[in-house]
Amino acid sequence: MTVQELVNAINLTILSGDGEALSRPAEGGYCGDLLSWVMGRAPRNGVWITIMSNLNVAAVAELADIACVILAEGVAPDPPLLERAKNDNIALLQSKEPAFALAGKIHALIHG
Amino acid sequence: MVTERYIVKGDDFQAAGSASSAMKQMLRGAGVPMEVIRRAAICMYEGEINMVIHARGGEAEVSFDGQEITMKLSDNGSGIENPQLALKEGWSTATDEIRGLGFGAGMGLPNMKRNSDDLTIESVPGKGTTIVMKIKV
Ligand SMILES: Nc1ncnc2c1ncn2[C@@H]1O[C@H](COP(=O)(O)OP(=O)(O)OP(=O)(O)O)[C@@H](O)[C@H]1O
Ligand SMILES: [Mg+2]
Repeated sequence: MTVQELVNAINLTILSGDGEALSRPAEGGYCGDLLSWVMGRAPRNGVWITIMSNLNVAAVAELADIACVILAEGVAPDPPLLERAKNDNIALLQSKEPAFALAGKIHALIHG
Repeated sequence: MVTERYIVKGDDFQAAGSASSAMKQMLRGAGVPMEVIRRAAICMYEGEINMVIHARGGEAEVSFDGQEITMKLSDNGSGIENPQLALKEGWSTATDEIRGLGFGAGMGLPNMKRNSDDLTIESVPGKGTTIVMKIKV
């Protein structure tokens, strides 16, 4: 499924990312706030669910070929993260739900 | 053969990752497969961020000879007292402030080891560290 389909399916708020970013495939996922765990464990084209909201999130997402970042618990991105995500066309999404609930739904959507 | 050098500034979290991004761009231009670029990017980012956090910056030299990517990271930081220990998952000397930014899990060097085909660490406490990673394409 694509990032856009995921957004529609579980009602995510799009903070950044144009049509191209949202058309990326979402093929798996990872939950975590410690960046080196995410760097080492998140799959390529993965959905990354986190409450970490600083600028380094953009670097990790980009370098680890993350499909989209979902900020859980209604966490707001630090302004520099939002700016960088817009500039670099990273799909930065937001949800009021906690990571556990999001992961359950996304796992069911992707892996059936 | 392509070679590029990057300067990594210490304690600059704004720019951290920019050398890795530039390297990614270069390897893409050289036609390296995506999955290999991803592994190189992971290695380079962890090494880059370590120089930012632990060594007040340093420099990186990346070359690709058509068969192998070589990433050489050198700094004049405080050095790594016990590289074998530093390579262990979970080993970190990061401060609480650094942990608050999402670093300090002690997973960076293990990630570099796992994603490269060869990793060597040369470090002199008080003088600095040189890390060389190689990935076959
Ligand atoms: N370039 C360096 N100069 C000095 N010390 C270093 C350097 N790189 C790593 N270290 C030391 O090795 C330890 C382990 O590094 P590693 O990257 O695995 O973990 P970390 O940086 O502490 O946390 P993480 O990478 O998970 O955010 C560091 O805490 C630090 O003490
Ligand atoms: Mg590290």
